[in-house]
Amino acid sequence: MIQYIVRRILQTIPVLIGVSILVFSMMHLVPGDPAQIMAGESAPQEQVDNLRERLGLNDPLPVQYFTYVSNVVQGDLGNSIRSGRDVGDEIGSRFWVTVELAFYSTILAVFIGIIAGVISATKRNSFADTGIMIVALFGLSMPNFWLGLMLIQWFAIGMDLPSWIPFLENTSWFKPSGWGSFSQIVLPVITLGTGSAAIIARMTRSSMLDVIGQDYIRTARAKGVKERIVIYRHALKNALIPVVTVVGLQFGGLLGGAVLTETVFAINGMGRLVIDSISARDFPVVQGTILVTALLFVFVNLLVDIAYKFLNKRIDLD
Amino acid sequence: MMEPLHSMDNNQTSPSNSARSKRWNDIFYKLRTNKSAVIGGGLILFFIFVTIFGPLFTPYSPNTQDMVNKLQPPSSEHWLGTDNFGRDIFSRLIHGTGLTLIVGFSSVALGATVGVFLGIISGYYGKRTDSIIMRTMDVLLAFPGILLALAIVSVLGGSLVNVIIAVAISSIPIFARIVRSSTLSVKKLEYIDAMRALGASDRRIIFKHIFPNVTSPLIVQATLSIATAILSASGLSFLGLGAQPPTPEWGAMLSDGRNFLYNAPHVALFPGIAIVIVVLAFNILGDGLRDVFDPKTKD
Repeated sequence: MIQYIVRRILQTIPVLIGVSILVFSMMHLVPGDPAQIMAGESAPQEQVDNLRERLGLNDPLPVQYFTYVSNVVQGDLGNSIRSGRDVGDEIGSRFWVTVELAFYSTILAVFIGIIAGVISATKRNSFADTGIMIVALFGLSMPNFWLGLMLIQWFAIGMDLPSWIPFLENTSWFKPSGWGSFSQIVLPVITLGTGSAAIIARMTRSSMLDVIGQDYIRTARAKGVKERIVIYRHALKNALIPVVTVVGLQFGGLLGGAVLTETVFAINGMGRLVIDSISARDFPVVQGTILVTALLFVFVNLLVDIAYKFLNKRIDLD
Repeated sequence: MMEPLHSMDNNQTSPSNSARSKRWNDIFYKLRTNKSAVIGGGLILFFIFVTIFGPLFTPYSPNTQDMVNKLQPPSSEHWLGTDNFGRDIFSRLIHGTGLTLIVGFSSVALGATVGVFLGIISGYYGKRTDSIIMRTMDVLLAFPGILLALAIVSVLGGSLVNVIIAVAISSIPIFARIVRSSTLSVKKLEYIDAMRALGASDRRIIFKHIFPNVTSPLIVQATLSIATAILSASGLSFLGLGAQPPTPEWGAMLSDGRNFLYNAPHVALFPGIAIVIVVLAFNILGDGLRDVFDPKTKD
């Protein structure tokens, strides 16, 4: 097991190096002079030269890369062109906002996805199964930014309810923007989690169907074990093993998907930071945010693989 | 020495061709009887039809502004209402259908071509080539969701062509991985060894014998990838990094609508519904194709 973990960690090293090269190259692949672009087209030559000097753009590329990596390793992601602040500080609290958003969305997706998948599989070809799978297909096909706008329209701006419904006058139950309170969290979490819930539901269904068809389940049934115990104790445990991998990947995907959700709900997370920085051509912040998100994703994948190995002893690294 | 090889090749070609055409006939029969494939395929054909003939019949020009009638709700004059510049949303949606399909098809075609090439080379030659290619793919996969596409567009600048390139690059790894694993399993088969022993070149083995065997998973993945590509591209346009105004791209139209949710929610509603239906069509067709090409994974 330890050998597996060590080998898996070693495997991430080339990926990390590749990620750092790619993120580093971003600034150099921009068509034109990066210093001029960041300083602004009408900036005086002296300002452009100063910026070039400050960013070390006069050094040879390998030197620049090694300086970049050694700074990153020491937690120095450079300074924002726009605000002059340290990129690490700029990301700071926004990092946790995005992680929280992705985390709550994953919890929601896992909860709904697994329940829906199990119901679908145990009631195969029933009305419930067909209904759940159609809803899942829609969930998979819906742009989350559109869903977010519709949720704002229905549950933040709200609609007037008919007078015969007691206590409630309209459906403006949640806030359309910001992050922190319960009424601000609900809509973005549903927006971001829906697509993943759909994927997890489909995955759980097919994994459950696969397991239910196996001999040991037939044996359990033949022994007279109650159906509920067969499903929840015997089948679900094994059916969830492949789902773990999907959940890990989904969490990572949601970190990326948060860009759109944060834009729709005006949440001050890393996603919004990266969009604002792209429009301001603030490359150090764009690079820093993308690097941090990618590193987090690699780390989560590492954890998922190790968890998967724990759950499924048969897996082989090769 | 070459004579027997040629004659054997010719002998083999005809039965293998007839077997191949029988296989494709089987597949077409199964596709015709598969509900998902028929519904998904039918919807896509409908959208292709709309792309070609729709613009001839739209009641208004997609970019004609009419400030007197801005933000009008759906009516008999403007079936889906008007936007903040008084432009007819129905006409803009029809004109935007082609853009959506072109972005989806071209980005996947580009990504799949590069991915298939890399996947076959990686699986066929193995060793160092395989390691270098697959580690590079791992690096591309380390950027979650639309983040890679976002990074690429931030470098290249916002435009529809750059969105196609960005989405194509982010779809390369999935194709490379699928094709690599299919190549690995085909490469182990005895007849490939036999071909090699008979002196067939690598190129001939790859194009004549390996590539035809990787087409099934490729077609399924390509269809599903078009759905993802359309979602990513419309997302980038929604963020203002894709199609630029006044292009009637659906994601950009949705972005226009978000400022008018209070008084004109229809501006954001209809482009979203259009995106959902197109993406749904590709997802349904993908599911159907998977049932037909790979019955093992059928639930």
